[in-house]
Amino acid sequence: MIDEKLLKNEEKAIFSLRSLYKKYGYMPFKMSKFEEYDLYVRNKDFLVSDRIITFNDTNGKLLALKPDVTLSVIKSGVDAPGCKQKVYYNENIYRVSGSTHQYTEIMQAGLECIGDIDLYDVFEAVHLAAQSLAMIADEFVLEISHLGILSALLEEAGGSDSFRKAVAQCIAEKNEHDLARICEENGVSAEKTAKICSFIGLYGDMKSVIEKLDKICETKCGRAALSELCELQALIETTEYADKVFLDFSIVNDMNYYNGIVFKGFINGIYEGVLAGGRYDKLMEKMGRKSGAVGFAVYLDLLETLGTESSKYDVDVLLIYNEKTDVKVVADKVRELTEAGKSVSAQKTIPGKLRYRELINIEKEAR
Amino acid sequence: MLNIALPKGRLGDKVYDMFEAAGYECPQIKEKTRKLIFENEEKQVRYFWVKPSDVSIYVERGAADIGVVGKDILIEYEPEIYELADLNVGKCRMCVAGPKDFRDSGEKKLKVATKFTNTARQYYAQSGRDIDIIKLNGSIEIAPILGLSDVIVDLVETGTTLKKNDLAVLEVISSISARLIANKASFKFKNKEIETVVSRIKEQIKID
Repeated sequence: MIDEKLLKNEEKAIFSLRSLYKKYGYMPFKMSKFEEYDLYVRNKDFLVSDRIITFNDTNGKLLALKPDVTLSVIKSGVDAPGCKQKVYYNENIYRVSGSTHQYTEIMQAGLECIGDIDLYDVFEAVHLAAQSLAMIADEFVLEISHLGILSALLEEAGGSDSFRKAVAQCIAEKNEHDLARICEENGVSAEKTAKICSFIGLYGDMKSVIEKLDKICETKCGRAALSELCELQALIETTEYADKVFLDFSIVNDMNYYNGIVFKGFINGIYEGVLAGGRYDKLMEKMGRKSGAVGFAVYLDLLETLGTESSKYDVDVLLIYNEKTDVKVVADKVRELTEAGKSVSAQKTIPGKLRYRELINIEKEAR
Repeated sequence: MLNIALPKGRLGDKVYDMFEAAGYECPQIKEKTRKLIFENEEKQVRYFWVKPSDVSIYVERGAADIGVVGKDILIEYEPEIYELADLNVGKCRMCVAGPKDFRDSGEKKLKVATKFTNTARQYYAQSGRDIDIIKLNGSIEIAPILGLSDVIVDLVETGTTLKKNDLAVLEVISSISARLIANKASFKFKNKEIETVVSRIKEQIKID
């Protein structure tokens, strides 16, 4: 039997997430740690970091240690019209960390739903994302954005690609002051500038933000996106996580790959997002697939930073014996203590760094 | 309790005055001690002084919920944070400077000395100019004088130091000022507190 106290946060999460995803019909997806490098070269921008650990296979083929799971899932999936493939995974991936600029191993769990995607699948992914966070901690927030609304707004603003990129960057940073300056420099009208700036300030529960969006989404594409968001909101409202889901348009995933609903999860006590996902039909298209996809990943290694009470002692009992002590006495004493539920370390000398609650000396119990 | 990282030095003093005027005072902060952390339980704020270039790290990693940092640091390190207000203080320009009569013939690699290697690299990449970056940690101005570099990329406030060393601003890369930044997770879990501080601080911003 597994002692739950011994499990780390991330280990507990793996078990509970696995059973959650299975409950909703997601099948386990196991893959090799290696993938052909070519797959990543073709979709470099989709990756969080473009630096990949590569090596040559015995036949000379260039392989990579997986920096991502989604691309491999799509690659191996079938593209049959009307069908849906639902998979979950728990894999280690290898990326360059943004803060240390060195390669790190990231433990990731997640799911992908690929195929003939509809609103229910998007809702299911969002709902499972909220449930995943709830399984890890009580205090969490799941933020949702709709890239359709953002791209309609950028379309309306016009301008060059670099201008739109700069605007998207400001929205991601909630940076209203630089956004206003950039709009002015690019000759955007005061009215349109005010509209984009008001978009940055939108944050809060889905219902109240959707009301404010009514004035912002005026184009046909914008209205269509808003209507999808409204339908999703109505579905989320029926779940127990309605008060944990917020709208925040600062989630600006790469619009060359993602479209529609995107989301990010935060847990109180962890300084960055622990869950990220969304709809990525455009990536599917780039990979020659006709169908759509939605999915998310939970970054389990971040759970390590969640506060757990570290024990004051390494062991309950430090049992000291010497060459003259009867071995049977040592074995009996260890058995007696462990059966009483205590942890015990049998040693001949007191280890320098070992922190023990109690010291029992049986040196005199000679052979 | 809101944790606020302030940059040590003149800018930090100015910025603290803005927080004080906004109703988040912490009188002990003005006492000349070697203490680095100051708390006002009643106002629910805890200030700490850190090296200016480290403010964004404290905020990005969540040790501070909010902080004040120069835009130069944000451009250089691109931390994952929210940039919530331009405080319009600590104003200066990120510039390319060099000998007054310097002419870039474009025939060979341009030697650029700077503390801001990422900023310099990005700036010259826009025009496709091939450069050799020389990373220095201080007294950048002497690099072109001693022939270590052709030009420098550095912050210029009044231009006095440049003038004294017979250098001049050759190109302006961007305008810099102090920005109020927030940790992304703190923004969700301490949203009301952060939004209130931001709106009160915005009232203290003096527009030119």
